[in-house]
Amino acid sequence: MPLTDENELRLDGNALAGELGRVFAVDVTAADGRCGHCGRVAPLGAQHLYRYPSAPGAVVRCSACGSMLFVLVDLPDGVRMTIGSLSWLRLAPGG
Amino acid sequence: MAGTALLGRLTWRLGTVVALRDETSTVRTIVLDVPEWPGHRPGQHVDVRLTAEDGYQAERSYSIASPPGREQVELTVERLPDGEVSSYLVGELREGDQFELRGPIGGYFVWNAGDEAPLLLVAGGSGVVPLMCMVRHRAAVGARTPTRLLYSARTLDDLIYRTELEQLAQGDRSPEVVPTLTGVTPPGWTGLARRIDERMLADVAWPAAERPAIFVCGPTALVESVARDLVDLGHEPGRVKTERFGPTGGT
Amino acid sequence: MGFISRGFRGRRRDVDTSGRVPPGQYVVQDFPVLSAGPTPRTPLDQWTFTITGEVASPRTWTWEEFRALPSERFTTDIHCVTKWSKLDTVWEGVSVDTVLEDIDTDAAYVVAFSDGDYTTNLPLEDVSDGKAWVVYAYDDRPLEPEHGGPARLLVPHLYFWKSAKWVRGLELVAHDEPGFWETNGYHLRGDPWREQRYWGD
Repeated sequence: MPLTDENELRLDGNALAGELGRVFAVDVTAADGRCGHCGRVAPLGAQHLYRYPSAPGAVVRCSACGSMLFVLVDLPDGVRMTIGSLSWLRLAPGG
Repeated sequence: MAGTALLGRLTWRLGTVVALRDETSTVRTIVLDVPEWPGHRPGQHVDVRLTAEDGYQAERSYSIASPPGREQVELTVERLPDGEVSSYLVGELREGDQFELRGPIGGYFVWNAGDEAPLLLVAGGSGVVPLMCMVRHRAAVGARTPTRLLYSARTLDDLIYRTELEQLAQGDRSPEVVPTLTGVTPPGWTGLARRIDERMLADVAWPAAERPAIFVCGPTALVESVARDLVDLGHEPGRVKTERFGPTGGT
Repeated sequence: MGFISRGFRGRRRDVDTSGRVPPGQYVVQDFPVLSAGPTPRTPLDQWTFTITGEVASPRTWTWEEFRALPSERFTTDIHCVTKWSKLDTVWEGVSVDTVLEDIDTDAAYVVAFSDGDYTTNLPLEDVSDGKAWVVYAYDDRPLEPEHGGPARLLVPHLYFWKSAKWVRGLELVAHDEPGFWETNGYHLRGDPWREQRYWGD
């Protein structure tokens, strides 16, 4: 695959809406989250998502500082979210 | 009640293909009947899951093209050279076939017709799909929001929804559609003919002081460059919503 | 499992019957690019490879020094935990035995560390005796950044997440310390022949 620019590999957190729904049972992409590493608050949908069809999991990084907010892995006994630097998540009223 | 509706969006449902419509030589719209479809908001997407006979699965996300309020759900998909899912959806798939989808999802990349700010839409290739959903919704509800769509495609034949956009662009409250072609231009072409750059955005976009709502969608490289340019032009990062399709635009 | 969609085949994948491929895998022709973060771009004049941790004296090589070490070109199969295997891949690099030569340590484990904060853990014996390399060429061309260049760890007998991209060194440790994917639910060792995909397998 002749990819030459690393920026090409990145998606937005919004693309993880379906998988995140397995953890939260609501669509959290519009929810604001705070990066515990740099302090920036932004919607999850705007964060940087590294996810590929053949990858072991999906990694979401702060779009400001690159720190790893959380990781989603599909394990045989269920989907698992490992929380990294995400310090809080605020869901809008009504989900 | 609200709880079950939400959960319904997050479980896999079976959609049935009721019609197929070719948009360009590599792009096709799939019209689906989805039982108990809860309705969606412009800009949202669905996850599509295909399973082969040996159990192999592939999942991809596709933006919803049809505006809210229609009975059937339309997805517009571009066939990519090495795309295992897109080559099935824009190739093998026939009327009557079924596949699993999950949604509508993606509350972040959504435009609300009640928003009074001018609306700037920037599309690269098949990135026009969720933005077209917004344009269609605006027309359907009779909104008067000043709207501009800057749409980059390789050639005129690659412009998806070209006829519909030409028709929509007539009228006093219609959206302004600004195509730019990056490949071979037709004889007599007087429109823009280069990749989207900061100068083009400065010409097409409203000044940052007017705080337009901005949605950018397409291949990752285009989206990143456009988002960066818009912020350089003074637009608040929080007003620039992006949807990257990845290196191959959604395979 | 999922509704089988008529006529969907998916990417080309072959089931291998020769016994060459571990259980549960299929053979692909392409080489998927995957990463957990942005591609690091360390300039070669700043690149170093370091052996550190529980050693009498840490050692470091610059890129020129590293490239001057004895190297070998070899062909091997690789197996990803997400079920794809790629056969007859050609690499060139330095055996980990060479970089650990005469090293004085009691440690039984290593943590491979990379640019971009990726880590993976392995028993020392899984990177010894000709089982592991630090490679800088794939298919007779310099290793591309997307595939882990300038250099990556290669440990073909374990699942491919152990072959850390953008590797910058090995830390020798007394106890097994889970790395990135291991902390996220994957197996500590990752032997594809025993299908050690997930923690607890």
